Amino acid sequence: MAHVAANQSSHDHDHGHDGHHDLEALRTMGFWIFIITDCIIFGTLFATYAVLMNSTAGGPTASELFEMPGVIAETFILLTSSFTSGLAVLSMNRGDKKGLIGWLIVTALLGASFITLEVTEFLKMVDEGAKISTSAFLSAFYTLVGTHGLHVSIGLIWMVALMLQVAKRGITPVTKRKIGNISLYWHFLDVVWIFVFTIVYMMGVR
Amino acid sequence: MKITKLSDFFVTGDPLIYGADVAIGLTMVAIVVALTAFKRWGWLWREWLTTVDHKRIGIMYVIASLLMLFRGGVDALLMRTQLALPDSMEFLKPDHYNDIFTTHGVIMILFMAMPLMFGLFNLTVPLQIGARDVAFPLLNSLSFWLFFMGAMLFNVSFVIGGSPEAGWLAYPPLSEKMFSPGVGQDFYIWGIQISGIGSLMTGINFIVTILKMRAPGMKLMKMPMFTWSVLSSCLTIILAFPILTVTLALLFIDRYFGAHFFTLDMGGNPMMYINLIWMWGHPEVYIVVLPAFGIFSEIVATFSKKRLFGYGSMVFALMSISIFSFFTWAHHFFTMGSGANVNAFFAVTTMIIAIPTGVKIFNWLFTMYKGKITFELPMLWTMAFIPCFIVGGMTGVMLSVAPADFQFHNSYFLIAHFHQVLIGGVVFGYFAGLYYWWPKVFGFKLNEKLGRWAFWLWNIGFYVCFMPQYVLGLMGMTRRVSSYSWDTGWWSWNFVSTIGGFLMGIGFLFQVWQILHSIKFMERVKGDPWGGRTLEWSIPSPAPFYNFTITPKVEGRDDWWRRKELAAQGVQDPPPKYEPIHMPKNSGTPIVMSVFWFILGFGFVFDWLWLIVPGAIGIAATMLYHSFNYDTDYYVTAEEVRKTEAKAGRVV
Repeated sequence: MAHVAANQSSHDHDHGHDGHHDLEALRTMGFWIFIITDCIIFGTLFATYAVLMNSTAGGPTASELFEMPGVIAETFILLTSSFTSGLAVLSMNRGDKKGLIGWLIVTALLGASFITLEVTEFLKMVDEGAKISTSAFLSAFYTLVGTHGLHVSIGLIWMVALMLQVAKRGITPVTKRKIGNISLYWHFLDVVWIFVFTIVYMMGVR
Repeated sequence: MKITKLSDFFVTGDPLIYGADVAIGLTMVAIVVALTAFKRWGWLWREWLTTVDHKRIGIMYVIASLLMLFRGGVDALLMRTQLALPDSMEFLKPDHYNDIFTTHGVIMILFMAMPLMFGLFNLTVPLQIGARDVAFPLLNSLSFWLFFMGAMLFNVSFVIGGSPEAGWLAYPPLSEKMFSPGVGQDFYIWGIQISGIGSLMTGINFIVTILKMRAPGMKLMKMPMFTWSVLSSCLTIILAFPILTVTLALLFIDRYFGAHFFTLDMGGNPMMYINLIWMWGHPEVYIVVLPAFGIFSEIVATFSKKRLFGYGSMVFALMSISIFSFFTWAHHFFTMGSGANVNAFFAVTTMIIAIPTGVKIFNWLFTMYKGKITFELPMLWTMAFIPCFIVGGMTGVMLSVAPADFQFHNSYFLIAHFHQVLIGGVVFGYFAGLYYWWPKVFGFKLNEKLGRWAFWLWNIGFYVCFMPQYVLGLMGMTRRVSSYSWDTGWWSWNFVSTIGGFLMGIGFLFQVWQILHSIKFMERVKGDPWGGRTLEWSIPSPAPFYNFTITPKVEGRDDWWRRKELAAQGVQDPPPKYEPIHMPKNSGTPIVMSVFWFILGFGFVFDWLWLIVPGAIGIAATMLYHSFNYDTDYYVTAEEVRKTEAKAGRVV
């Protein structure tokens, strides 16, 4: 399998041809394809949202419900976390294990604050009587934004697991590939959020 | 759901179901007793349940799918019996009939065709491309166990809780809580959802395997055609299955949280479900038929002793079908009322698909032209496929004519059409593939004589069963009716059709007999019993667990044929130089995680939080356990490889 193109950074080549770095390249490619499938999941959810966004059935509308200051805060927090996850990868590429774990902690904390803000926003809306069962618009809203939030939450658990693994095993080809994948995942969620922000919130309060 | 009495949990009141209860109970007891008596539990766990070997996973897929073929077939014969005796006795009550046509469809497509297809992928693709395994062996095992648990969850519904009865695609509003308040619909959602996740992961797995793990020298345009068809099928899987995941999730959210995606009130839009499900559903039929086209291409070339005609056009046809399959979904509901322009668009895209399919037919015919054709079982099924699929395809083009479809829609004409392409294309194809690769997998051929009996029973039975259904459709008989009155004049055609159905059932019994007979009077074969052309025939049958002792160097299409020709000219292969082989370790993680998925699904079906929570925690825990486990592979030393080869008598 030595012919397999190694699309990893040059560090991996130090590891020689024991089949190991090939495996990591395969796994990275598999993860990219997983991201494609996740793209389709969000694409389908956006499509259903677009179909149902005006089906408020006499219930509250987007412009009555959404409070932009909180949403803008969420947006900046998530964008910043994407930046810090990039810094984590840069530390990793320098071989700086402490920097890597440190930036991952910052990223996870920012992610956790994003989730906290989002859950607070949801609870407040439910409190105002805007439940998932109130109208088709709200069903689509909670499902789309909630699926993104669920992705972020799963990412947080995964990130903590990876911090422990890096702390124990250091920066190896395997942990490098794993950090690369979670960073890809995190950036992807950021891109999805930009669409959520534009299509759901900006177009909603317009 | 609160269970207050036994009949809330178990399905009661129907003698057929009681009979099934007894049969299931006895079978399970027999399995447990046999495993204990022969002390086989450890063997089962070590060799099969925890295996990550693609060949064994493939065998498990095939066994599971043949069992599902049996169940789906029994469903079919129950329906045919009812339609042959429409009102003289109430063999099936209307609601029982609803159960049966729903489970027949779901099982045949999702729990028979899909796993049989994945079984053939697993048994063949790594061997065809000269690889030691798939890209992600553990994920492969997880895919199988998710399929298996999903299938079990779905199947258990007919004795526990009640079957789904809203049709195989569960159109809302009928499938919504208001009209389907029972748990059957939830079994449907979770059974398909769990196995669907497995299918999606298989798609990812085989794309990476095919793109990254081919033997050195095997450029894309030197790949065997079956491998190409698997690639096109898997590309379609990764783009289509996420839509199914979302669609079922939305229906679940509607039923469980009272949301309004597809309800009639509060702004819901049932037609959106029908669009979404067919955006997956139409590509799905190409997902299952494309690999069948690949199988026919291999078989036609092998048994005509010629290389495949029009290799490049075949690749182009496969890939263009996997793209076009995403632009035809609305032809399933021309009568929805989306307007003439939309219907015209989808009518034309549907007709366009006939072009690459026609290209393939001509390629197979020209491959046979002037070939030295022999008619062993795989070739027989291929020969039967071609006329059958042409007729099925032509009636498909008739259905694609939107104005005419207003007449054909939901009639038995449609039923006959899709059974003709799915049986004539997919089932014949997978049977051909099973007969073709069986000696590679097990090291012996299946009995030819019994196979011919099965072949003729299936083929005659097929036409006797489905040709009358075209007529019935044109006479106005609609699908999913359990009874009709005598003045319709439908009885004689229905009666003939039922005879055909039973002929196919007898054909299936002959195949079971054929397998048992061939196991008993086993005739061992060597590595290349058919005079094959591709790499899987270059290694012994059955293949050693590491597949290839040395990774082959590929220099052309049909590389094994090329090497045989060189050998005939006296060119000798250099003696093998064994090297250590990197192999994945067996793992119990996939089956354990899948059992937790089953628990989670069962909990959601009955809305039992005490079952949902441990299921979810178990899934998360097994995932984390796997993430923290770095001890996943090992090396077979060159010495061990040499010993294994010597023991099998393959080294000098």
